[in-house]
Amino acid sequence: MISELELFRNETLAEGLVKAIRRYDGRPVSIMEVCGTHTMAISRYGIRELLPPNVRLISGPGCPVCVTPSFYLKSALELCRRENTIVATFGDMMRIPYKGVSLLTEKALGRDIRMVYSPLDSLDIARQHPDKTVIFLSVGFETTVPVTAIAVLEAAQQGLDNFMILSANKTIPAAMHLLSSDPEVAVDGFLYPGHVSAVIGSGLYEELAKAYGIPGAVTGFDPADILGSILYVLEQIQDNKATVANLYSMVVQPGGNPIARGKIDEVFEPSDAVWRGLGQIPGSGLRLREKYRSFDAWSLINGSVEERDEEARGCRCGDILKGKCLPSDCKLFGKACTPETPVGSCMVSSEGTCAAYYRYQ
Amino acid sequence: MAIPGEVASVSGDRAVIDITGIRREVSIALVEPVNVGDYLLVHAGCAIAIIDKQEALETLELLRQLAGNIHD
Ligand code: SF4
Ligand code: SF4
Repeated sequence: MISELELFRNETLAEGLVKAIRRYDGRPVSIMEVCGTHTMAISRYGIRELLPPNVRLISGPGCPVCVTPSFYLKSALELCRRENTIVATFGDMMRIPYKGVSLLTEKALGRDIRMVYSPLDSLDIARQHPDKTVIFLSVGFETTVPVTAIAVLEAAQQGLDNFMILSANKTIPAAMHLLSSDPEVAVDGFLYPGHVSAVIGSGLYEELAKAYGIPGAVTGFDPADILGSILYVLEQIQDNKATVANLYSMVVQPGGNPIARGKIDEVFEPSDAVWRGLGQIPGSGLRLREKYRSFDAWSLINGSVEERDEEARGCRCGDILKGKCLPSDCKLFGKACTPETPVGSCMVSSEGTCAAYYRYQ
Repeated sequence: MAIPGEVASVSGDRAVIDITGIRREVSIALVEPVNVGDYLLVHAGCAIAIIDKQEALETLELLRQLAGNIHD
């Protein structure tokens, strides 16, 4: 099996695809990769440099860490300073700076902050520390949300009432509608997120293609998949068509993963959400349903943190996340702002656009 | 980030998978019943999809066609 997967890294195939892409001689186009892992793969394999000048790749808002607004971080910092509290979080979240502090600097001051790989790990921590409140910083799209939903369901079943989540979870569909209809963003084609699509399916994209006339391809993360999708989008543009190819059908079904979607739906309901850079998008967030509200760590914040997103001075993450500018357009890029000393969120996660550009520049 | 792994053993809604030589226990609560030898896509400690080998080969074929398409 692995040997079959390796064929996607096959050089002859990739070369053939690059040759075909280079023959594109139509109007200049911008293709947006929505997903942070695509941004990283594109940088790692140097795909941008292989493309002709009339084909531009722009990065979208597909990294959950990058789109988390500053007030979420402010709230998390407030929570970690509470008595008898353990904050559990993905590693990337620890490093996002907020006015000179981060969860990492708080940890150094002795707050109990634990890095986890899975929401289920934070559930284990809650079991081991019945005398403490364990708060999981729940960020992520449809790939991570169903796992968080399982954690909440297990906690409910087992009566683990010292477990809570602070949800900044987001869903992709509303954001895709916004990006597709924003004339300032001006996208001619999309590379759709492979893993999110494993859960939500490829049907949504057909809808987008029809509504906005923008072609796209759902794609995996190897060079051949990515090049193939770029080529597919270019062919569509040249033929004046807007359909969607599923080049990741080994994991993405048209209807997605119904069990995963069912779990999300059981535990969460849609809410409005603030995205860094994109502002508030109606219906793009997820909050716990009434039945599970006792697990909601926002109740501890109780409105004491204003729902506002502030960017650090000079940081252009907002424009980066809309594909309106490149990291090199930011004056701080590579100077005041590096992966070691990030100023904005796009430089924190390895899936962040600025970090990916920095690492492989 | 999601990674593929091969199922080494299954018990209840947990499975031990082999990710390029490293064994890890993951939740399989989100995927259909899985069997030893299946390949799973794992994200945040949980399998989110079973990888379909046949579909992988079909995509490869499609890519080959795409690469050939604009051949002069
Ligand atoms: S969660 Fe998966 S699909 Fe979403 S940005 Fe990350 S890697 Fe891409
Ligand atoms: S380089 Fe740093 S400061 Fe500039 S946009 Fe990126 S993250 Fe923000």
